[in-house]
Amino acid sequence: MGIYVHLQDIVWYIALAGMGLVALGFILVISQAGKTVDADTAARSGRHSSQFKAWLFGILVLIFIVGTWDTLRRYPIPDQGGPFDDPQVVDVAGYQWVWIIKPTTIRTNLATEFRVTSGDVNHGFAIYAPDGRIVAQTQAMPGYTNKLEHTFTQPGTYTIQCLEFCGIGHAPMTSTIQVVANQ
Amino acid sequence: MAALTMYPQEERLDGGSRTAFNLYMITAMSLFVIFMLIGLTMRMTQATWLGVKPPMFYKLLSMHGSGMVGSVALATTGVMWYFLRKYVPLHLWAFVTNYVLFMIGALCIIWAIFVDNYGALWTFLYPLPVHGIGAWTSRAAVLFMVGYLFIGVGSLIFYLDAAAAIIRKHGNLARGLGLQWLFGGTIDENHPKTVVASTMVIIANSLGILAGAVSLVMSLINIAYPSVVLNALLTKNLIYWFGHMYINATIYMGVIAVYELLPRYTGKPYKISRPFLWAWAASCLFVIIVFPHHLMMDYAEPQWLTVMGQVVSWGAGFPVFLVTAYGALNNIYHSGMKWTMPSRLLILSMFGWAAGIVPAILDGTVRNNLVMHNTQWVPGHFHFYLLLGVMAMILALIYHTIGHRANAIPNSRSDSTGFLVFLVGGLIFVFAFLDAGRMSVPRRMATHLPAWLATDRVGSIGASLVVLAMIFFAYRLIAGLLRAPAAQGAPGAGPAGAVS
Repeated sequence: MGIYVHLQDIVWYIALAGMGLVALGFILVISQAGKTVDADTAARSGRHSSQFKAWLFGILVLIFIVGTWDTLRRYPIPDQGGPFDDPQVVDVAGYQWVWIIKPTTIRTNLATEFRVTSGDVNHGFAIYAPDGRIVAQTQAMPGYTNKLEHTFTQPGTYTIQCLEFCGIGHAPMTSTIQVVANQ
Repeated sequence: MAALTMYPQEERLDGGSRTAFNLYMITAMSLFVIFMLIGLTMRMTQATWLGVKPPMFYKLLSMHGSGMVGSVALATTGVMWYFLRKYVPLHLWAFVTNYVLFMIGALCIIWAIFVDNYGALWTFLYPLPVHGIGAWTSRAAVLFMVGYLFIGVGSLIFYLDAAAAIIRKHGNLARGLGLQWLFGGTIDENHPKTVVASTMVIIANSLGILAGAVSLVMSLINIAYPSVVLNALLTKNLIYWFGHMYINATIYMGVIAVYELLPRYTGKPYKISRPFLWAWAASCLFVIIVFPHHLMMDYAEPQWLTVMGQVVSWGAGFPVFLVTAYGALNNIYHSGMKWTMPSRLLILSMFGWAAGIVPAILDGTVRNNLVMHNTQWVPGHFHFYLLLGVMAMILALIYHTIGHRANAIPNSRSDSTGFLVFLVGGLIFVFAFLDAGRMSVPRRMATHLPAWLATDRVGSIGASLVVLAMIFFAYRLIAGLLRAPAAQGAPGAGPAGAVS
């Protein structure tokens, strides 16, 4: 069984690295802020600063292009117009403050289409894995059916949690689905 | 050079202008303390250290959200007015009218929440305001929305006065923004950065407030005539278009303090440049069109809008990193700057903005948003750049102004301690939110699972430190603002470098 890395952890470490680099830049400059230099040194450091800025610009452009391409080339949200033809379909409706889900048992390794709507206000349909992490989500909106597609690989009891504030019963607006191994 | 005079004569506050500025800033400082105490109460409730019941929790959440957004907007409007009036003639009545309408609107909102039990949060997401299910009535929703309309009208009056003044001086808003120098020509070195930033805010936030007004009026019509059913997705787009621009405008108004004050404390000019003008032109466009990143989980949203939300979210980092933060760091590098409260806060504000935008950009990525949306990652990143960014900008200006009144740049031991407590507490507070987001802890919940309590408790400790620091700042700054103005002469008359 391979090691599974949560997307949330990857995002966390990228964020820490990014914020750390920003902090490092500030610390380096702040450590030099109290010093004064002669005109020649100031002119030289001005040229270095311009070169560094050009490099920084280039790196950021590269991150922008590669990152955009990598995160959007396989668009993570399925086309809402076309038929999914998934082997499993689950109808979901949110109401203050209950989920109506049919059926509530799903098999692993088969794509599942969740057709999510709301009968009153906006809700957030979030699927929590048994380890307590979100695996996917979409909004449940009155007047719309959002189609979420997900393939479960691990069996277990998954919790459905409302993630869009919907009134005083928002926090306890939960349900469960059972994911069983596909024989 | 005027920019290097610590307290230029044209910034002097006399008579009515001093009263108006004090009203803005004293009100804002008092409200910050109250709304932060509310925030602390909610964090401690999630940590199970307090036992606030869900109906009251969501009322507090509605008050904290609308209150903090409104009071930060009030204070940063004060920042923009304080500096912009040097360059274009503003009418004091417009500035005061904004304050009066803000206070009327605030009273409506407070009444709606604490008397009529409104609890549909600051986002008034249709159709929740009319679906209180017995917790609140439609009257509460109407009062809350009317309060917003008062505040929005006040802002528009101030912006219209500022826009008219900029147009009278510079010909049109495009020239105020400096668009004539984007592709060539000799840039007028005396073209004020304050005018560039103010013009951007006027354009973007006026559009945002109008979008908010449309959604509010549509919602009010729906309340009066329930048979007029609104399109939930369209209304959501309008609400987030308004909400995103309104809160982001506070950063762009607040950063004027950095442009104006930082060179005075470093003694180095902070010149306008073509990249600066490009950055503000781009930011103006970006802040107007980036709002779909709030709707990435609304799969019914047209795909091109969602993609635009991601691409523009990423692009928004360029002006912040490469121009504003880099420019500020360049300005302090080898400047011989002495650390005082205003200079510390100015640099902290740049760090808070630049670092806070990193988790924001990551959340504005569709793939990440699938698992981070509406988790505590979101309050993690926006508190980062609002608390450690915008709040620091506001505090920097007020510290600067009370320095003039006390004839000394503020830098006492208690100020330094307050700064340290604010910084450490703020970092603990925001990282507890971000870590909770990593663990999929939802935002906006009165009750939390036992597995989520660790970050709630760490966050509560951080929030307690922030509140302590804020109480000190409020006491210190309000007392300073109420002091009589200093006599003409020191320390304002000399160059920045002459003031120790």
